[in-house]
Amino acid sequence: MFDLKGYGPELAEGALVTVELAFFSLALAIVLGLLGASAKLSGNRFLAGFASTYTTLVRGVPDLVMMLLFYYGGQVGVNMLSDYLWEAYDIDFFFQFDPFISGIVTIGLIFGAYMTETFRGAFLAVETGQIEAARAYGFTRWHTFRRVMIPQMLRHALPGIGNNWQVLLKTTALVSIIGLTDMVRVAEEAAKAERMPFHFFIPVAAVYLILTAASELFIKWLDKRAHAGVVQGN
Amino acid sequence: MAEPAPLICRDIHKTFDKHEVLKGISLETQKGDVVSLIGSSGSGKSTFLRCINLLETPTSGNIIVHGDPIRFTENRKGHRIPADNKQVEQIRARLSMVFQGFNLWSHMTVLENIIEAPVHVLKVPKKEAIERAEAYLHKVGIYERKDYYPAQMSGGQQQRAAIARALAMEPEVMLFDEPTSALDPELVGEVLKVMQSLAEEGRTMIVVTHEMAFARDVSSQVLFLHQGVIEEQGTPEKVFDHPDSERMKQFLAPKF
Repeated sequence: MFDLKGYGPELAEGALVTVELAFFSLALAIVLGLLGASAKLSGNRFLAGFASTYTTLVRGVPDLVMMLLFYYGGQVGVNMLSDYLWEAYDIDFFFQFDPFISGIVTIGLIFGAYMTETFRGAFLAVETGQIEAARAYGFTRWHTFRRVMIPQMLRHALPGIGNNWQVLLKTTALVSIIGLTDMVRVAEEAAKAERMPFHFFIPVAAVYLILTAASELFIKWLDKRAHAGVVQGN
Repeated sequence: MAEPAPLICRDIHKTFDKHEVLKGISLETQKGDVVSLIGSSGSGKSTFLRCINLLETPTSGNIIVHGDPIRFTENRKGHRIPADNKQVEQIRARLSMVFQGFNLWSHMTVLENIIEAPVHVLKVPKKEAIERAEAYLHKVGIYERKDYYPAQMSGGQQQRAAIARALAMEPEVMLFDEPTSALDPELVGEVLKVMQSLAEEGRTMIVVTHEMAFARDVSSQVLFLHQGVIEEQGTPEKVFDHPDSERMKQFLAPKF
């Protein structure tokens, strides 16, 4: 058996942190992506402008810079707000900017912007006749969205969601920079202490590979389900 | 008290940008009427049909469905919009539409397509909706295809499924928007046959069509539209055999 020099349990815990972080960030990214796409397609100039600013900003700034900004800047911001509230209104308000939360927020925000573009394209790809039929049969807007637009949009969005997910999973490695003990951080410490970089980083690479490969299979399966009713090859 | 007319349209106008597509169309139906709307492309017949169930909002004019007038208001830009979305949804549920491109929901099977609106809009219990759907599938002759997806069927079968979907709403009026125009010629007959049987049952139907034989043989009333106005109106005998309008005579003249 491969000897992890006693770092095994820590690495396993770190892997769990990676997976949790990835899932929560994905959930946030999907919500933000749906909101962003809906805003861009709403026809409301204010909402569309807001969503455009969001995607332009996020896509133009390196992930690492944004993570540092949120983690250090986030805490400074909370401190400033806390001081102000105390002096001005005698309100005692403070919380510690936890690296796990700031990781989720940063990664969620970054991938929310990519998801916005994925969903926007996918919504536009839904045939208008499908939506018109829903309207003509007395569906409410919400019912049309839920029963017609979402299932049809998913056909077009799934490949994009899959790509984003794989990149997102790998982006979680960045949180080791802001002090979150994920799998990469544990491996880094172990590699330094034991002077065995290959010994620790190769298993970490393998875990990422297993996770991405498994996701690929899962997304293929989802894609097949989403394409129920589509005749292939014409 | 007499039953109110299923559908009355009064002086419907529709303007897109600055182009006036409908210049005052009125229509009154009795229960069991089959009204054919004919005319060349761009005459406004499809736009008029789409105004009836408010897929387009008429710029002016009134629509009264079974005695219930649709209420309008103005938005901030001064455009006319329906006043009450709930009312619009209720009225649409009573005027089911059959589209040129079928527009069956492609991610649902035929049966799911047919029960979707009865279950979720009319709140019919699911079991009853399925029984109803199966009966209508028998009627249009595609019961054995009920678990197929639309893309697995021919155009004629899809359009018959779409007619079953419309029937399952048990609507006041059925609106047909060029139901056979997207079909291969050999599939037109099966759809027209189903429509003819519906007419014979006494269903109220408004049909935008290029099928002159259908308009002549099946309808009780024919409207010939030209550039947004009714050029000729009346029984099929009147419109086809003794038209007053020059345009109608030209329209009927052999093309080659």
